[in-house]
Amino acid sequence: MPKRTDISTVMVIGSGPIVIGQACEFDYSGTQACRVLRDEGYRVVLVNSNPATIMTDPEFADATYVEPITPEFVEKVIAQERPDALLATLGGQTALNAAMNLHAAGILEKYGVELIGASVEAIEKGENREQFKRIVEALPPEWGAEVARSVICNGEELAPGSTKEQKVAHGLQACLDGAETLGYPVVVRPSFTMGGAGSGLAYDEADLRRIAGQGLTASPTTEVLLEESILGWKEYELEVMRDRCDNVVIVCSIENVDPLGVHTGDSITVAPAMTLTDREYQRLRNISLGVIREVGVDTGGCNIQFAVNPVDGRIVVIEMNPRVSRSSALASKATGFPIAKIAAKVAVGYTLDEVRNDITRETPASFEPTLDYVVVKVPRFAFEKFPGADPVLTTHMKSVGEAMAIGRNFTEALQKALRSLENKSAVFDWEKDFVDLDKAALLAEIASPHDGRLKKVMDAIRAGATPTEIFDATGIDPWFVDQLALINEIAVEVTAADELTPALLRKAKRHGFSDVQIGKIRGMSADVVRGVRHALGIRPVYKTVDTCAAEFAARTPYHYSSYDEETEVEPRERPAVIILGSGPNRIGQGIEFDYSCVHASLALSANKDGGAIAGGAQVGGYETVMVNCNPETVSTDYDTSDRLYFEPLTLEDVLEVVAAEQAAGPVAGVICQLGGQTPLGLAQGLARAGVPIVGTSPDAIDLAEERGAFGRVLAEAGLVAPKHGTATSFVEAERIAAEIGYPVLVRPSYVLGGRGMEIVYDEAALEAYLDKYVAAGLISHEAPVLVDRFLDDAVEIDVDALFDGEELFLGGVMEHIEEAGIHSGDSSCALPPITLGEREIARIREATEAIARGVGVRGLLNIQFALGSDILYVLEANPRASRTVPFVSKATATPLAKAAARVMLGESIKDLRDAGLLPADRDGGELPPDQPIAVKEAVMPFNRFRTADGSQVDTVLGPEMKSTGEVMGFDRDFGTAFSKSQAAAFGPLPTSGRVFVSMANRDKRSMIFPVKVLADMGFEILATQGTAEVLRRNGVPCQVVRKHFEGPGPDGEKTTVDLIRDGEIQLIVNTPYGAGKSNARLDGYEIRTAAVMANVVCITTVQGLGAAVQGIEAARRGEIGVRSLQDWARRA
Amino acid sequence: MPSHAPATTPTCRPAILVLEDGRTFHGESYGAEGETFGEAVFNTGMTGYQETLTDPSYHRQVVVMTAPHIGNTGINDEDPESRRIWVSGYVVRDPARVPSNWRSQRSLDEELRAQGVVGICGIDTRALTRHLRERGAMRCAISSVETDPAALLAKVQDAEQMAGAELASQVSVDEAYVVPALGEKRFTVAALDLGIKAMTPHRMAERGIEVHVLPATASIDDVLAVSPDGLFFSNGPGDPAATTGQVELLRSALERGLPYFGICFGNQLFGRALGFGTYKLTYGHRGINQPVMDRTTKKVEVTAHNHGFAVDAPLDRATETPYGSAAVSHVCLNDDVVEGLELRDAAGRLTAFSVQYHPEAAAGPHDAAYLFDRFVSLLEGEI
Repeated sequence: MPKRTDISTVMVIGSGPIVIGQACEFDYSGTQACRVLRDEGYRVVLVNSNPATIMTDPEFADATYVEPITPEFVEKVIAQERPDALLATLGGQTALNAAMNLHAAGILEKYGVELIGASVEAIEKGENREQFKRIVEALPPEWGAEVARSVICNGEELAPGSTKEQKVAHGLQACLDGAETLGYPVVVRPSFTMGGAGSGLAYDEADLRRIAGQGLTASPTTEVLLEESILGWKEYELEVMRDRCDNVVIVCSIENVDPLGVHTGDSITVAPAMTLTDREYQRLRNISLGVIREVGVDTGGCNIQFAVNPVDGRIVVIEMNPRVSRSSALASKATGFPIAKIAAKVAVGYTLDEVRNDITRETPASFEPTLDYVVVKVPRFAFEKFPGADPVLTTHMKSVGEAMAIGRNFTEALQKALRSLENKSAVFDWEKDFVDLDKAALLAEIASPHDGRLKKVMDAIRAGATPTEIFDATGIDPWFVDQLALINEIAVEVTAADELTPALLRKAKRHGFSDVQIGKIRGMSADVVRGVRHALGIRPVYKTVDTCAAEFAARTPYHYSSYDEETEVEPRERPAVIILGSGPNRIGQGIEFDYSCVHASLALSANKDGGAIAGGAQVGGYETVMVNCNPETVSTDYDTSDRLYFEPLTLEDVLEVVAAEQAAGPVAGVICQLGGQTPLGLAQGLARAGVPIVGTSPDAIDLAEERGAFGRVLAEAGLVAPKHGTATSFVEAERIAAEIGYPVLVRPSYVLGGRGMEIVYDEAALEAYLDKYVAAGLISHEAPVLVDRFLDDAVEIDVDALFDGEELFLGGVMEHIEEAGIHSGDSSCALPPITLGEREIARIREATEAIARGVGVRGLLNIQFALGSDILYVLEANPRASRTVPFVSKATATPLAKAAARVMLGESIKDLRDAGLLPADRDGGELPPDQPIAVKEAVMPFNRFRTADGSQVDTVLGPEMKSTGEVMGFDRDFGTAFSKSQAAAFGPLPTSGRVFVSMANRDKRSMIFPVKVLADMGFEILATQGTAEVLRRNGVPCQVVRKHFEGPGPDGEKTTVDLIRDGEIQLIVNTPYGAGKSNARLDGYEIRTAAVMANVVCITTVQGLGAAVQGIEAARRGEIGVRSLQDWARRA
Repeated sequence: MPSHAPATTPTCRPAILVLEDGRTFHGESYGAEGETFGEAVFNTGMTGYQETLTDPSYHRQVVVMTAPHIGNTGINDEDPESRRIWVSGYVVRDPARVPSNWRSQRSLDEELRAQGVVGICGIDTRALTRHLRERGAMRCAISSVETDPAALLAKVQDAEQMAGAELASQVSVDEAYVVPALGEKRFTVAALDLGIKAMTPHRMAERGIEVHVLPATASIDDVLAVSPDGLFFSNGPGDPAATTGQVELLRSALERGLPYFGICFGNQLFGRALGFGTYKLTYGHRGINQPVMDRTTKKVEVTAHNHGFAVDAPLDRATETPYGSAAVSHVCLNDDVVEGLELRDAAGRLTAFSVQYHPEAAAGPHDAAYLFDRFVSLLEGEI
């Protein structure tokens, strides 16, 4: 059945800012969808508030709206573009919810927009627990599909007039009987209570009496639901695809190493499933087909999760997602079957047999991929960013990213995946003597799932724990436990061997040991191991991901390494450029870097944009080779680059890829500058091994990182940095701090995202800081601590620029909205700058050029300046692509990363101006007067984390970056753009209601005017005592509310926190004050926490307040319109 | 509690695999030690090794598993498709050291040893698969006793070819037996065992069919003796061109208007009975992920395959035969190979049909199970 011709314009909704649980996998899927729809001749209208995405590049849609994904804004886009259909299954839960809200509000019906991919009914059936349960129970009994068994225990059946105690006692008896049927442990869920009060897991009768007793008492209907516990069962997931002719295929099966109880996103997972017989697998397959048919997803993909009892094979169907998910991205990368792309094709009417398999080119997509390798995904956490957060893993996802690895066996894939995390403590090591290991303690430790558990399991194995003991403690399948034991046996063999024989070395490599690991065991450097290995000819080969286990020839060079016999890398004639990606997403290094890598690949490839390189040094372009290990990204799509190596970004793995590519043809060089700190950290090692690095030289990169040398560059240019020093001990740091004066900003060198950066107010805090980070290994003699003067009240400025050795192209000058001291990744900023004049920009340009020249930049450069008391301070210079490159590119409609890639390969800025890639006569510092304002706002993951006792972690921002994502508000004036940025990040700014204000003394003076404006607009102002006094004296009427620590008043007057929780406050302005654990400080913590919980906008800086007031004014003026990037570009 | 058998110590005895074109792979002995010969073929299924090993169609073949980890779920007594392992040799990259499954009764390694099946592990199975894909299925040997590849190669080149081999009689039962209908009996079917898999009569029995399984050498009189409502030919090993007795038997049955259903070898013999030729595919179809289109409904089913030969019939038109009009009903979307045939009478009614793949699955998806229902409809005379 061919594609539909009754629709011509299709709207696609993206997933908005990156948050935990919804990361760049939806940029990957959305980008594919847009590409497919345009190739099929549809007009594509896109809405996504996240500027760091590839999908919002103007060339991927006909009309790209970087606007908030709220029903109000999306309706405006619909009214303007009048799409025939809406595809909402490729933008995560955000897009799905947006579509359902549009449906509920009658907007889809009003404009005649058809939901394609999954219908409203299918989405409801898939998401509604009750309906879903009925579907599962109606499946043929021989498939054995169940939902978790449960019993409702009610105490109200007693005769009317019974006391609550009698009812509870009656209900409790029902619970005890119910538990006998279900078997312990049982989950207790009381009916109609708030926030899960009185729920819990009962392991025995005593537990049950206690928990159910509380639950029945708490329940207004004296009712609890008892559910059998399936914790510890094996967990599986199947990815399913269906077309409108009811052809259904399973794309991939995934098995979790961590048994049920850990969110799939936080689990170590394996594809394909490893421990199912065919009979058992086919039951899961049948159930999946049955469910997708019943739910009625008839033009797209979905995933279905299962729990399987390891004792008797009982199957419980946990849930299904009627849309493309994070697992779909993983499954696509794991199999080579591009789920999102094919989902888009079937959504517009193709049947699976009409869609070609890109990889084989000859076979259709209506088949089930088969793997001749093993894929392992491991999660990456960021607990170090949220001190106090409980690191125990639960069904609530906490990881911020993931790495995937492919090997020819599980051990190889697992060890590659672990080293892909770039977290030394994740990799197995055998350094500690096993006699130091305490088996009992380790078994206790591995009983609860947490980040790094697998390594503890390995330690327990070393300590002599038996497979049964490990299984009993963890529920990890014995087959996986044995694989870990196998890794340990090889390590023991390597340790004990008199010499590293070729056979032993080969065996260790075959099971994924890195040169570093082997070197550590043998007491030699990784370089020596590599030397020995190369001398013996023990090198990896590169196999191909081909969807079919080699049954058909593959046309796409999507490779992974393995220590096997035969390599499949084809020779090539064109010179290759190898681009190193950025590895797993983490806070501080995410999608923004992938964006630059993808752009470089597109810009240089002879088969993509690079084919159009005309006046450049390399007529004819290059073949681009991407190396990365993050399955969520566009860069690891086999379509993005000419060749893809799904490999860890370590020196060993990258050197082997370079060697393989050098054997295949000429290599022009390796790009390390675009993927963030990960590839940058490899540059020096690669250069030392003789690998050509293009762009800024590794020595120049080091120069910018090294304070002394960089100081000389600044001195020569007549520039100043805040007073600073470098120390390796407390004594030294203390002396420097005393010299430059507190407060000081302290941070370790060589980190990204401000990891470990703090503002320190006194000596004691400085000492505590050093103790903490020396112990964490972040500060050492090789990595000294940097001590800077902290600039109060300065405006912080971020600059992205391009330098070719002669000419500077100022990409963009961004002015931070918050004061200095908040990490640039967490602060909101405006471009063009809103308060800087021509003179300041000229100074910034001059300083940027001097630094670029002094450091020796070839390509991108990011500098952070602070302007205070008319002095321009240089805070930091990074000769690499920054997090803001995509934002700047989008805001100024200039493809900075593409231009950078070409500069790195030898073209000049003049060449690029001539070629039309850069504007002919201006740069980002000379934007036209009618340039719209772009405001970037950061999105925080605070609501994801709890401390061990269940309270929220603090939400205060500081110099260490904590945000996971960003949005852009784009409009003609600052107020409107800011308002949009807030709506996109947190929900719309209120235009009326109550504002609560509580300010630090130093901020009180500057808040009067903006608060008065709010009062004039009709907002009711509430304030704490001190703040209220200042406001009243300045003629702002306001009401005093009780502080949290004061508790409720004698007549039940609510405290601030109660008011926030009860939804009686619409806007909060609270600047943190006081150091340490003062009452005011704790109050602030409670207020901000309540704000996060209640989803109320909480402004924590005076500058932010000013911006919000402008935004509210803009919103109150009435119509805030929507406009596509393409339309903005045409304005001139 | 899942099985926690102690890790079996893998034998470190070296073994070699030599293909008839001289390509040699060095690995380690797996399963029984010794020497074995057969046709090297690859199977791409990720599950179902136990069903594969016990599928009689693999008789005289050395099976290369493309999935690297084999043996993870051990061996149980519920899943075998016949009374023994039939493969003549087994090639695996990473055999499991411990089986883990609640139904597992012993390890695969033990089972291979107990049944004397010679295998090899630790070789680059993907390289071997690519070689077979490019050069075609070919004879090979695995040996843990002969260490000289040249000497083993000479023996391989003397081994019997698959083309022209008649093997069904070697795997078939000697004595007829009956698989009773489950529940109410509705029909009687005579099923010729040319290498039948246990799941096939089971799927029929589930539908009220009493299945009389007859030896491959059965005559038309033996068939008629059970007063069948229909005739069934199973899957099986060997070259369909080398088998004549069954083709004659089938023709007599068609002349008598006996409804017929065939699977795999039964499809090839049906093709030959209708006058079509059969030919050897370069490397065959062996896996559980093959897309087949039912040309009547245009629906695609994901199916289990195990065939090295195929029927040569025109895709674009029906062919008139002495028994009616024959047409290709199913086709493999990967390569347009004929995957099913149907025969209709002058009134356009279905009288006989067959498929080249395995609707009984085991291993594999159950998408094609509807074909057993179609057989029931044929027996009911409702098509």
